[in-house]
Order: sequence, then C-alpha cells, then structure tokens
Amino acid sequence: MGKTVISAPPGVPFVDITRAFEAPREAVFRAWTEPELVVQWLGPRKYHMEIERWDARDGGAYRYLHVDDAGNAHGFHGVFHGAPTPEAMVQTFEYEGAPGHVSLDSLVLEEHDGRTVARLHSVYQSVADRDAMVEAGMGDGVTEGFERLDELVGRLAAVA
Amino acid sequence: MFQNGAIMDSQPIRPDQLSAVFSALGDATRRAILLRLAEGDRSVAELHAPFAMSQPAISRHLKVLEAAGLISRRRRATARLSHLEAEPLREATAWLARYQAFWDERFQQLDALLTALQAPPPSPAGEPAVED
Repeated sequence: MGKTVISAPPGVPFVDITRAFEAPREAVFRAWTEPELVVQWLGPRKYHMEIERWDARDGGAYRYLHVDDAGNAHGFHGVFHGAPTPEAMVQTFEYEGAPGHVSLDSLVLEEHDGRTVARLHSVYQSVADRDAMVEAGMGDGVTEGFERLDELVGRLAAVA
Repeated sequence: MFQNGAIMDSQPIRPDQLSAVFSALGDATRRAILLRLAEGDRSVAELHAPFAMSQPAISRHLKVLEAAGLISRRRRATARLSHLEAEPLREATAWLARYQAFWDERFQQLDALLTALQAPPPSPAGEPAVED
C-alpha cells in the first residue's frame, strides 16, 4: 500500500499531496475522471457520496454531495479548466459551507514501472483560507478517533 | 483554528505513528490513563488504583500507549514510572494530520477500486465487480 505524503509549507497558501498506486496510469486516470468510478472512492467512509453533475471537459462543471446517516449534506462544486489528461487535470474547488473560498487544484499522474504516482497541488487564496478550507472541507470529525482526541486534548489543556 | 503557522512544517507526518496514536486513543481506559499522567508521572500501582482492572491489564494498556509514542517509561528505584509525551498529541491535532487521515481513507478506497479495475474479467455467471 502506498504512503500518502502531505506538505503544507508555512507562509505560502499551498498543499501538496503525493501518493503511489499499484496500477497503470490509465486506470488511475479513469478512477479520477469517470463519475461512476469517482463515486466509489472520493467520499469519506462515514458519508454517502452522490454526484449531481460531473462534466470532465474544458469548462465543464461538477457538483457532488457527501451525505451523512442523518441526511445532512455537504456540497462541493467547481469547474474543469482544460480537457483533463493524465499529464494535467486542473479544476477549481469550493466547499459550499464556505462560499467564495475557492482553491485551484492540479493533478499530475506519472507512471514508473507499472506504478502510478499522483501529485496533487492545491493553491488557496491565502494561508488563512487554506487552513480554514481544509478544516471545513473534511466535515465534522473525520473519524471517531479525532473527536475523542479533541476531547482529550481539551481536558489535558484544562489540567495543565 | 490555529493562530499561526508554527505548528506546520514541511515534514510529513509518519502515517504509521498517526494511526497508532488514534488506535491508542480509541479506548476509554487509555484516555483516562493519559489524563492521570497529565498530573504527573505515575507507577503502574498508582495508575491501577482508580480502575477496576488488574495491574497486568493496566500494563498492557501502557504498552499500547508507549508503542504509539504517547508515553515514555523510566525506572525510579523499584517502580517503573510512566510519563506523558505531549508531542504526538499535538501533531495529531494539527489539521495537517487530520487531512493526512482524510486522504489516507480515500486513497485506500481508491486502491481497492484500482485492484477491481485490473482484475481479470469475471466468468459469464459472475457479477462484474465494477460497471464499465
């Protein structure tokens, strides 16, 4: 299994995510661009993902929802810039819980010996936007572990 | 939200340690032990007292916390003291660490999908794993 490497250098509004996959580039590209495949992996486990629109061509729009068991929906939308290719897939991204805060995401897929390395680079409007957007876009508690951790850290801070 | 960028640097967080931290925190007894250690170092006997649990059971929990880097242990005379290590907790609460776990989860699902995409075609009687 590949290792996800994420860096968010201080002072610049970027996030870089790198991950290797045991699959040829064409398969990874399909999984990233075909809506019936995207819906199978892009949603966090605790949400049900619904794709409302997915038009992967220059100027085409996308919109999808992450819906929790209680029916609460979190919407995300954006536009593809340039026809997506394995060398370059560029799109805007906005979480509807924070309208007007938009990132520009580009994805490059590189194949080496049958493995594919995905490099995702996101540019935000400011460092503050980056930190807030990432936090908000993850939803309310990615895993139970995080909720417990927040609670614990709060209590540790109180006794310290 | 964080006031400055001091908690962030370009060092990737080790995914193995991060998952060990979250797994360790998934247990109520271990969280209670960490809270006790926030007041000061404690021996197994001291930690065992407030819990309806045997000392060997407490020792097993301490081993899990130690493996996750959340505590360290040292000897004082005949007792072995446990000490709270705050750094992994701080790392794990930074949004960068959460984001790491967020993408790890997605990418594990993508791994499974890619495996299914590359699987040989199913037998005529079988259901295809992935619709084309």
